[in-house]
Amino acid sequence: MAQGVLVVIEKPQGKLKKASLEALSAGRGIADQAGEPVAALCIGASDPRVAEFGADRVFVARHELLDAYSSEGYCSTLVQVAGRFQPRLILGAATAMGRDFLPRAAMRMRVGLAQECTELKIAAGEQIECVRPIFAGKAFATVRLTRVPAMATLRPNVFPLAEPKPGRTAETVEFKPELDRSQIHAYVIQTQLAQGQKLELTEANIIVSGGRGMKGPENFAMIQGLADALGGAMGASRAAVDAGWIDHQHQVGQTGKTVSPTLYIAWGISGAIQHLAGMSSSKYIVAINKDPEAPIFKVADYGIVGDLFTCVPALTNEVKLLKGS
Amino acid sequence: MKIAVCTKYVPDTAIKAKVTADGRNIDVADVSFVVNPYDEYAVEEALQIKDKQGAEVIVIGAGSEKATAGLRTCLAMGADAAVLVKDDSLENASSFTVGSVLARVCSEVKPDLILFGKNAIGADNGQVPAVVAELLQLPQASVVVKLEIHDNKFRADREIEVAHEIVEGSLPAVVTAQKGLNNPRYASLKGIMATKKKPLQVRTLDSLGLAPDDLQPRVAVQRVTLPPSRPPGKILTGEVAEVVPVLVKLLREEAKLI
Repeated sequence: MAQGVLVVIEKPQGKLKKASLEALSAGRGIADQAGEPVAALCIGASDPRVAEFGADRVFVARHELLDAYSSEGYCSTLVQVAGRFQPRLILGAATAMGRDFLPRAAMRMRVGLAQECTELKIAAGEQIECVRPIFAGKAFATVRLTRVPAMATLRPNVFPLAEPKPGRTAETVEFKPELDRSQIHAYVIQTQLAQGQKLELTEANIIVSGGRGMKGPENFAMIQGLADALGGAMGASRAAVDAGWIDHQHQVGQTGKTVSPTLYIAWGISGAIQHLAGMSSSKYIVAINKDPEAPIFKVADYGIVGDLFTCVPALTNEVKLLKGS
Repeated sequence: MKIAVCTKYVPDTAIKAKVTADGRNIDVADVSFVVNPYDEYAVEEALQIKDKQGAEVIVIGAGSEKATAGLRTCLAMGADAAVLVKDDSLENASSFTVGSVLARVCSEVKPDLILFGKNAIGADNGQVPAVVAELLQLPQASVVVKLEIHDNKFRADREIEVAHEIVEGSLPAVVTAQKGLNNPRYASLKGIMATKKKPLQVRTLDSLGLAPDDLQPRVAVQRVTLPPSRPPGKILTGEVAEVVPVLVKLLREEAKLI
């Protein structure tokens, strides 16, 4: 009888992902409802916080063929650990890595995976039911996973972190997966940090975005200044990206990133329907635009009809004063 | 070299979402459809490889009759041939089902490279490429912004959080395209005229010889809902010097963020 929740933990460059702890917290919640255990899968290196955030057992998978990331190697490892633990549910964060190898593992086990969920529960009849955004968040689909193990990736910055229990320990299982060189045809050979980008948009709690109203690339330095003062990330509308003012890694919207910060501040962004799709699940939205008819004001909690070129420096100063920096 | 590009015909991004009467789908009755924007980068990449080193580019789709228009657009861009697995049931089918179908077609086509857009807008799943890679036991590189192909090997630059990953592997492989990979060309009038002579093969689901379980969805949609509408907000008026402190106060006391 499949039981328990297995959570995939990411620790890239030695830094444990908050989104993995969010998935672990969500998994703990599901497991507690069913009175079942939680196991975590750490590939390469473990972390004491994994036990503190709810894992009862930690599988630490090590193999020379796992030293570099490969979709095939990580997929095989997850499937083998799932074969050992026999969970009813496998969770991971909807990060680049999670979205890459978890669907592959789902196919290998011939089960379904609900991608980038914002809600998760055990429905009547014991099936796992998830809510996930579609059309970049213009709508939400409630879905059930019909096979076991159910699999889901969770949208970062949505599921609350559990209250950690300092000093809590878990059973550690050293796991050497069966892997052969002939099964792995591609590897990551190098990771390069992106230039000019400090915080990942999809994981940020505060996002400051610039649009066509910024008038040029040089003005985005002002946006980055405010983002830094607030401890947030910098975003942009498609218009600014397509004009070549800012790299598309910053683009928020239907053909960019869908974000879920607590605060989204939009400067000189009119609020095209595709942009709104990407940010309208933000908890608080502040918009500044010269045009009082800008559609963005329909979703903003606070709007300022004014000149962003005076507002941004003024706001940055106020924030810095308050934070004492 | 043979390149397969799997594409999907999707509702235009400009649509305002409306739910069908049965509450299980987005209503696309009066909506215009387009080639999935991310697939355009995939088609363009195939065509650039074709321009540089010669290749046969085959575009593959799975869906209802209207998907033919999407494949014709890809042929007009410069693809050499198209295959449509035509069945209404494939219109909103699950990743498992569509992946099984496309993998079967690819196993017959035997391409050296299989390209996809990183996800289809609408479903926003991005799983089908991984499903196909797994079924065909091929390596995969997803969300790629730069691709180099030579001597049966590929080198891909993947966009991940705040970084880029360089992946190297052997061909055949599955690669998914991200915005920024290239600048998709527009179909020229000459290209549009040329599609008449290009083969567009229509296959039935039965002709693929898949087992019933290969087509069973593993993710069952219960319902589709619209997000709650946001209550109207406050417009702050006045000079910047007056407005900014008010905003900061609100962010501090109401939102408790600063």
